[in-house]
Amino acid sequence: MTTEAAVRPLSPFAGLMSGTIGPVLVVVLGLIAIWYVATVALNAPFQRDIYARAGQTDVPFSQMVADTLAQERPVLPSPHQVAIEIWDTTVNKKVTSNRSLIYHTGITLSSTLTGFVMGTLLGIGLAILVVHSRVLDKSLMPWVISSQTIPILAIAPMIIVVLNAIGISGLMPKAMISTYLSFFPVTVGMVKGLRSPELIHIDLMRTYSASEAETFWKLRLPYAVPYLFASMKVGIAASLVGAIVGELPTGAVAGLGARLLAGSYYGQTVQIWSALVLASVVAGSLVALIGLLEKATLAKMGMNR
Amino acid sequence: MSSIATSRPRFDTPARLAIGVLVFAVLGLTGTAFQPDLGSLDLPRLSIVVTVLAILGVRYSLGFARHRLGDVIIGLVTILSAWFLVETVGNHQGLAAPGFWFLTIATWFASWLFVERMAHWRGLSPFAQKLVNLAIPLIFGITLLVLWQLVVVGAGIPQVLLPSPGAIGTRLVSSVPVLWADFQQTFLKAVLAGYAIGCGSAFVVAILIDRVPFLRRGLLPIGNLVSALPIIGVAPIMVMWFGFDWPSKAAVVIIMTFFPMLVNTVAGLAAADAMQKDLMRTYAASYWQTLIKLRLPMALPFIFNALKINSTLAMIGAIVAEFFGTPIVGMGFRISTEVGRMNLDMVWAEIAVAALAGSLFYAAVALIERIATFWHPSQRG
Amino acid sequence: MDRPASVQPVISAKDLCLTFETNDGPVHALSNIELTIDEGDFVSFIGPSGCGKTTLLRVIADLEQPTSGKIAVNGMSPEEARLNRAYGYVFQAPALYPWRTIAGNVALPLEIMGLDAKEREERIARNMELVNLKGFEKKYPWQLSGGMQQRASIARALAVEPKLLLMDEPFGALDEIVRDHLNDQLHQLWAKTNKTVVFVTHSIPEAVYLSTKIVVLCPRPGRIYDVIESDLPRQRTLDIRETPEFLKIAHRVREGLKAGHSYDD
Repeated sequence: MTTEAAVRPLSPFAGLMSGTIGPVLVVVLGLIAIWYVATVALNAPFQRDIYARAGQTDVPFSQMVADTLAQERPVLPSPHQVAIEIWDTTVNKKVTSNRSLIYHTGITLSSTLTGFVMGTLLGIGLAILVVHSRVLDKSLMPWVISSQTIPILAIAPMIIVVLNAIGISGLMPKAMISTYLSFFPVTVGMVKGLRSPELIHIDLMRTYSASEAETFWKLRLPYAVPYLFASMKVGIAASLVGAIVGELPTGAVAGLGARLLAGSYYGQTVQIWSALVLASVVAGSLVALIGLLEKATLAKMGMNR
Repeated sequence: MSSIATSRPRFDTPARLAIGVLVFAVLGLTGTAFQPDLGSLDLPRLSIVVTVLAILGVRYSLGFARHRLGDVIIGLVTILSAWFLVETVGNHQGLAAPGFWFLTIATWFASWLFVERMAHWRGLSPFAQKLVNLAIPLIFGITLLVLWQLVVVGAGIPQVLLPSPGAIGTRLVSSVPVLWADFQQTFLKAVLAGYAIGCGSAFVVAILIDRVPFLRRGLLPIGNLVSALPIIGVAPIMVMWFGFDWPSKAAVVIIMTFFPMLVNTVAGLAAADAMQKDLMRTYAASYWQTLIKLRLPMALPFIFNALKINSTLAMIGAIVAEFFGTPIVGMGFRISTEVGRMNLDMVWAEIAVAALAGSLFYAAVALIERIATFWHPSQRG
Repeated sequence: MDRPASVQPVISAKDLCLTFETNDGPVHALSNIELTIDEGDFVSFIGPSGCGKTTLLRVIADLEQPTSGKIAVNGMSPEEARLNRAYGYVFQAPALYPWRTIAGNVALPLEIMGLDAKEREERIARNMELVNLKGFEKKYPWQLSGGMQQRASIARALAVEPKLLLMDEPFGALDEIVRDHLNDQLHQLWAKTNKTVVFVTHSIPEAVYLSTKIVVLCPRPGRIYDVIESDLPRQRTLDIRETPEFLKIAHRVREGLKAGHSYDD
């Protein structure tokens, strides 16, 4: 291993750039740069209007750039405006405050997680039934699969309103949409996973005259774990989308979706963008969390190659 | 396998279902069908059909008539029974009594028994097997619809909570012009335009990125991350930028479809293995020859995968974006306003249209995939 | 080793070395290779895995660049030879494109070379006949057996109409019976067309049966251990494998492989 450095006389910088971290950083910086340029370009017409109305002429370009990056309701807020807004509404506000983004995130997150857990359990249960019942496999599975092709999210407003009408409100209706959205990918992935052991392995279990339950615990379930995690990643992302969209139709007062809607009513672009960025951070963290869980589980099972 | 099947006891799932049919038929026929005091036996056609079902159930649980003809007869009588149930309950809305529910359960079990038997039919010709594989989920779906109809009408569930399939169907037929206008606005304009631009531009960008390994390494992880993000949230911004009409929805669709297509195309372009690339090198093939003759065909399964994912994403994007403001037409607009007015039958009709459009869109892409990638192991079947 | 000055060797390598840099340090895949292959020769490279036989073939084909030393193909650099489409290459696997018919696969190099449709048709017909695949033009590769697929890939290499055919363990993945059959066919093909063939294998009978010259390589570092000029007649059938002459050469190859291989690891 000590000879490695000798035969590869590369600078640490070149090493960084040949991996993934370097290129990703460069691309991210590039995207932020594009964002800034776009901010200036998109906000410039309005800024010129202001100058014209104020009778200002010959505004220096540097002044105009500074002004376009600091409008109160810009067409596109600059990255640092969004960052400051997020800082203000997370660190500088009390968590219980209506203005705290952490509060809103918590609302959305709680229904996301509730729904996700219910959906995953439901999906796993249904998958087990489907794998063991020829009738369910033939009658139900085609519907589960084809339901992936229809825009289920369109039902969200109706679920909210109907559940409200029969007296269920608050967290549960949103959680049910999340359940609904995460349930399908988990079912499909889990069925695939439970069926993934090769015939030779199933035959092996048969030579031991293992019962259906033993085959399930010792063979099918371990094989299904990687599939389960893959579909859980899809499921939790869908759950979050479900919770956010579930907050739209009722004019909900709290949650990231409500912030989006309120922002769009009052033209508060900075508020929309900060809600959006935070939602993305939440989504990324949730998926990463499941990724960590996946790594730990697979390591424990000795399946990490 | 077959030796196990013959030695199995007679008391299997079909036998249990058959006994269920019998028990619930007897309970139903002797009970009150509708409030205040209409007995099941006062409905002659229904009671005759259910009696036949009960008799068939007896034969079944005893092990007679266990052949395809017996199965088909059960199926046909079940259809008759379901038909009479739906017809009768229409005349007694909201008045269903235990007797009616027992008859419903008996019929439901009969339908389940039929599907259970059909799923185990063996030795069919490939074509017949295909028909059966299509019929089973169809019967399952119809059973659910009939149960939905019977429960909603029989129990008198208010329209504002859950309209019956019949009511939804009526509304669907009577509102074709409105639904068609919404479909035009949302699907023909926003979805198709956004889908074409989103997938097309991502394809071009993917080919450009592919030539620069540095960009490929940097963009792929980001592209993968983006697919987990709630991109739908850009909808209010797009509505602000591009106005209320369909271009803002198309913009949402473009953003939603871009990254899946980008990531999949880039992955697909890397799918050609080293040996095949060496082969092209021994021919001294140019970059474009290698791209067109080897790498693009190789990438097709990946590209179609993205096109299929995107067909669903595009529908969702366009519909949800309309929740943030539209002119007074569009599927998402209709859903959100009719929900507000508690016209749930119209909402369901619109959802039915969306579901149909979504699955036809997907099916169309899948069909083109089948033609274009006939050579791929997953399509040879 | 004297030959008329006018006859140029098809391949000549002088002091050829190739070193791969890996994470575990440098690997000397080829070291000080000296080799001459004349026109019409059937040359086999034989040796245990890791001896560099495939690497040497890939250097000839310009799929790999040597670290030092000189190599010429038809008097040109390998790259010029490749750009001139001077050789046909057959891989370990058929590497046929599943979306093209057999005829379409054979047409692939011809399309890249820019030949017109008529010329393509002729060459496809001629070469399909040569590998006994007539009548299978419209089939897809996945509809054929492994042996037929490999024959199709040979037809594809022949369609370029090269003087030189490079074959990298083309029959390695096939079973013994099919392999015998294809060896026989390949031998007849070579005898008929008088091409120069360079053939990589790890089967001793295959090497001795097919070759006019056998190059025994050994690993760590990859180098030539022995070059055996075969005195078997040019016209042979599979029966020759039972003759004492055949067994003598086979014995010498086996001894070479044993001596060159260190079993201490």
